[in-house]
Amino acid sequence: MQLTNRSKQVSNKEMTFAEKIYLPAIITGLGITIKHFFQKKVTISYPEVKKNLGPVFRGRHVLKRDNQGRERCTACGLCAVACPAEAISMVASERQKGEENLYREEKYAAVYEINMLRCIFCGLCEEACPKQAIYLRHDEFVPVFTERDQVIWGKDKLAENMNNRYLRTAWTREEAHEQDLKGIVAQPRTQL
Amino acid sequence: MAFSIDAAFIIKAIIILLIFAITLLIATYSTYAERKVAAFIQDRIGPNRAGPFGLLQPIADAVKMFFKEDFIPSHASKWLFILGPCLSMLTALMTSAVIPFGDSVKYEAAPGKVWDVAVQAIDVNIGILYVFGVVSLGVYGIMVGGWASNNKFSLLGAIRAASQNISYEISMGLAIVAILMMTGSLSIRHIVEQQHGGNWNIFYQPIGFVIFITCAFAECNRTPFDLPECETELIGGYHTEYSSMKLGFYLFAEYINMFVSSAMIASLYFGGYNYPGMDWVQAKLIAAMGEITGHNLATLVGTLVFFGKSLFFVFFYMWVRWTLPRFRYDQLMNLGWKGLIPLAIVNVILTGGAILYLKPLVVSLLK
Amino acid sequence: MDFSTFINNLTPAAIFFYVLSFLTILCGLMVVLARNPIHSVLFLIGTFFCLSGHYVLLNAQFLAAVNIIVYAGAIMVLFLFVIMFLNLKQEDEESKTNLVKIAATIVGGTLGVIMVGVLRKSQFGSYNPYEFDSQVGMVESLGNVLYTDYLLPFELASVLFLIAMVGAVMLGRREAGDRHF
Repeated sequence: MQLTNRSKQVSNKEMTFAEKIYLPAIITGLGITIKHFFQKKVTISYPEVKKNLGPVFRGRHVLKRDNQGRERCTACGLCAVACPAEAISMVASERQKGEENLYREEKYAAVYEINMLRCIFCGLCEEACPKQAIYLRHDEFVPVFTERDQVIWGKDKLAENMNNRYLRTAWTREEAHEQDLKGIVAQPRTQL
Repeated sequence: MAFSIDAAFIIKAIIILLIFAITLLIATYSTYAERKVAAFIQDRIGPNRAGPFGLLQPIADAVKMFFKEDFIPSHASKWLFILGPCLSMLTALMTSAVIPFGDSVKYEAAPGKVWDVAVQAIDVNIGILYVFGVVSLGVYGIMVGGWASNNKFSLLGAIRAASQNISYEISMGLAIVAILMMTGSLSIRHIVEQQHGGNWNIFYQPIGFVIFITCAFAECNRTPFDLPECETELIGGYHTEYSSMKLGFYLFAEYINMFVSSAMIASLYFGGYNYPGMDWVQAKLIAAMGEITGHNLATLVGTLVFFGKSLFFVFFYMWVRWTLPRFRYDQLMNLGWKGLIPLAIVNVILTGGAILYLKPLVVSLLK
Repeated sequence: MDFSTFINNLTPAAIFFYVLSFLTILCGLMVVLARNPIHSVLFLIGTFFCLSGHYVLLNAQFLAAVNIIVYAGAIMVLFLFVIMFLNLKQEDEESKTNLVKIAATIVGGTLGVIMVGVLRKSQFGSYNPYEFDSQVGMVESLGNVLYTDYLLPFELASVLFLIAMVGAVMLGRREAGDRHF
């Protein structure tokens, strides 16, 4: 079976004199490396320079609010069920009178926690959610944590900030590609 | 028993201290250069966090080395374990004593009384043999350290180092013999002076140069001949058990060896501090600045040229390291004994023949 | 002569000579006395170093360098190499029987007596500082002597080395049925 046409037939033939004295091959090799020495470097100096990861990248989670700033999550638990890493846990609670401007539905998540050490950023929670309440941002990473209590993210970190809302321009790879062709620039990324 | 302290003595002392300091500085920054060159060749940018362009990286590395735990394995032979890196460092530093870094510095002690001090720690009439002897001792640091670690990988590394160094010393010596036949002197300063201007030995000894540089790679345990420490087979070779500044000494000694052997290549084959048009530069400088200042400035230019050549070969070491894969042990021995030694002997015979028959012919033709 | 005046009258060269001689004898003794063969070899290397120091004091720099290159740099490396491979342990010490010890004592004692006898019989060459040629140990004069007065022994020695080399190659040659390592 042939997978690629790049395979080379290896032979055990006697080396020619030019091959035996190694030097021509060594000089060729030195030429290749010195060419790379002056080539443009591919490294991206990460914290200073950030690469655009594309509009369908799955970064840190965000709990979306609707246009009035109410939380969309109803604590149905489908995301927790869908999660293959079992990273999501929540405690449901009933909306009280006077909290209508805070929560959209009668039931809401009093506690919503994601264990960032368990999360594999697969995006299944996003797909499972019937209320479009949880998304994986395409523009921000989960920052490095140095303490154990930074690992589990509660609602304080997950809930969307109304002053800095998260908008996604593309929903599929094909859409993103189309936008690229049209020259639409993805949402500029904000600092964490 | 009292030493008379005069201007010549002070100038000499300053030169020796400068040579020592510059050798150490170059070795320090070779570690940085090695990482940068490696990165550039692999399309990366290398260390750039410590200071501008990562220039403080060697200092950060040294501080790290110093603060690591200095561990001696319980079954190691304690004194020899300490002696190993010391020997490596000592032999590495001893070699730079006889290398002529420049022409000479003139100093007018009194009117009409001019001191002429060579830019060289000491000019012995057996300079090459001295370097050769010290280099051949360099292997003891590795052997003693490797054996004292009481670790099979270390011992194997030490034994590889020993057999490799002995094998390649022979062809290295034969390559130098060809040079000695041409120059008729063992003093490195004489050899350099004979290559005045652009009359470099590389044009007469191309085969000898290839042999010499190959052997220099083997003697410094650099890739493609880094079998004594190859990580993939022997973990770390002779320095498997070493940590902290003892390991630092071993690594540092390697870089000093690299610089010294580059300086040797530059002075034996590439004219040392000589460069084409040096007489013109010196005449111009003397005309412009006066006898003494002009001479000293010309010396400085020559010294800079010498450092340029040496640093190019340091770069060459790194360039080769990131180009060639490691030799297998039997390939190493085959190359040394069946390739380089016969070639070096042929080179000696050719050189002898050329001196006997070709040189009178060329001289008579030129007349 | 008083000891302190003796010390005060020493020239730098004499100080070097005495320190080197002390170190040479110390290293030589340690070669015999050290229980670990590796330590013995290392002390032997030290002895060679001190001897090279003596050569330098005698203004024979070429001999000093060659002594270090050949003995300390090559032969002793091979010694160390072999001993490291053999990995001699302390337990082997026990295997020496009394007979071996007695025989060694007799042989060593005889050698000592011979050397003391030779030393007593020998005449020390006279030394004339005015006729002393400081260049006698240099490469040029050594080469001149070797290639004129002592040409035949020199060439014979080279033939001997050639024979030894051929012998070594013969011993190390791989026969047709030999195992490959």
